[in-house]
Amino acid sequence: MLTYLRRSAAQLVFVLLGIALINFFLLHLAPGDAAQVLAGESGAATPEYMEALRRQFGLDQPLYIQFLRYLGNLATFDLGYSFRQSLPVSELILQRLPATLLLMGTAIGFALVAGCSLGFLAARRAGKLTDTVISIVALLFYATPVFWVGIMLIVVFSVILDWLPVGGMTSVEANLSGLALVGDVALHLVLPAVTLGLFYLAIYARLMRAAMLEVYGQDFVRTARAKGVRPRRIAWRHVLRNALLPIVTTLGVQLGSILGGAVLVETVFSWPGLGRLAFSALFQRDLNLLLGILFCSSVVVVLVNIAVDLVYTLLDPRIELG
Amino acid sequence: MALPDTASLPPTRTDFRDRTVGRLLRRPSALVGLILLAGILAMAGFADIAFPGDPLDMAGTPLLRPGDAAEFPLGTDMMGRDLASGIFHGARVSLLIGGVAALVSLVIGIGIGALSGYYGGRVDRALMRVTELFQTIPPFLFTLALVAILQPSIATITTAIGITSWSGLARLVRAEVLRLRNSELAQASIILGASDARIIFLHILPNTLAPVIVSASILVATAILTESSLSFLGLGDPNVVSWGGMVGAGRETIRTDPHVAAIPGVAIVIAVLALNLLGDGLNDVLNGKGERR
Repeated sequence: MLTYLRRSAAQLVFVLLGIALINFFLLHLAPGDAAQVLAGESGAATPEYMEALRRQFGLDQPLYIQFLRYLGNLATFDLGYSFRQSLPVSELILQRLPATLLLMGTAIGFALVAGCSLGFLAARRAGKLTDTVISIVALLFYATPVFWVGIMLIVVFSVILDWLPVGGMTSVEANLSGLALVGDVALHLVLPAVTLGLFYLAIYARLMRAAMLEVYGQDFVRTARAKGVRPRRIAWRHVLRNALLPIVTTLGVQLGSILGGAVLVETVFSWPGLGRLAFSALFQRDLNLLLGILFCSSVVVVLVNIAVDLVYTLLDPRIELG
Repeated sequence: MALPDTASLPPTRTDFRDRTVGRLLRRPSALVGLILLAGILAMAGFADIAFPGDPLDMAGTPLLRPGDAAEFPLGTDMMGRDLASGIFHGARVSLLIGGVAALVSLVIGIGIGALSGYYGGRVDRALMRVTELFQTIPPFLFTLALVAILQPSIATITTAIGITSWSGLARLVRAEVLRLRNSELAQASIILGASDARIIFLHILPNTLAPVIVSASILVATAILTESSLSFLGLGDPNVVSWGGMVGAGRETIRTDPHVAAIPGVAIVIAVLALNLLGDGLNDVLNGKGERR
């Protein structure tokens, strides 16, 4: 366990350094430096003023000094300042993170429960009509772009049926509090979470079906059958539990891609999270903010993957960390 | 180790091609995938003949519905652009970007995977660390940042997608190479004094072809999805028509004319579905599960 913690700490440090390097590289890839952007903003761009700005931000130093300084800033969780929003980047990110985590958590929960159930059903009726229908539906969802699903769900459930709100996180005009507020947020959460979840639902359904069919072919299942355990009990107790492991692995691997999907979903539904923040940073050319979001989301991915490893040992006591 | 089983020997090349194609065509899902893909390729090929002129130009009355006017079978958008023309020309952009981006990640992924698996040791550890890094950074956000910084154009979008999507393939190739490096074939070549490059290119990589072909079709599908998402967000090449961009433009009128956003989305679904079906079919056939059903 101790070696595991030491190793994941080393991995975390390496990943952070790597992302810092990539971010730094990207910042310098951008046409024009911060001084030009700022000077362009204020309108006055005399060479002396630019020179003063460069000195102020240390842009006149050699690259490796700039990189070390950037690392020093990151180490103290100083991700720079967003000149567009007039707030430190770290503060902006912390403000928006909860909304994104709520959206992702709900979407993953929905995808896991629905996907695994569908995969379970398909595996138990392998080759029958149920299986075919589930497989086709999963294939379709797997091929559908997230943003388009969002728009079509809005057309059906908000425009035509008028059951659910078009976007946002709360009804601004209602000024609710307490339980009513929770209900309101939940109502706003339905469409975005389903939109984000459908793609992963398809993945989990396919994975679950394949994993269960594989476990069904193993010796211990044959033994269970031979000694007369009922099929329903075999499916639940012997096959399902063993088929869950690959799902947990995939979940960890896909976290980064789910975050990417959240950007699209938040844009479609005006959900006030990190993704929308990234979207506005993109168009205001607020690079500090954009790269800060990239950095933070990578950190989240690493941390969750460490958590997934720990969950592993709980699910399957045979697995030892080390 | 027991004597090699002749049934599991790698098939010769012509044998491989004939049997694969034949078995692929007998699988309904792969067949559907191939037909759909052929349709999209035909749309891309005949775009200039069927719809001459720039698909971004105003062609008729804005917001015609499908069936309103005979010359606009799929209707027009709020700028009066012909949707059918956009779909045909967009097929070109999607396939081009998807194909080239997949090629970029194939080159990076196979290169890193082969070096890592063949040389092992320190090289392997270093390259796998880099691979892990690229797996950790959320790929779509990374692509987004790259394209935003480099300014969107077909070239930058393709490069950005290629750079951010090779990590899974590198791991796959590494595992295959690791396995093949210890095979009798590779060991015999080493004893005969063949150079590393010769062994990698002649003996090892050709035998990783099956899983690589399967991942390639999935890579193209994912690249098409990523490209459409980028252009939906307004980060597409502004000079060409793209399915994702069309959905984005149609978003403005979903209350009154949802067909403008709906139709290009269907095109994306069909293209991605076709490639996924093909990938599934190839996977079953190449990995020897072809006769299961």
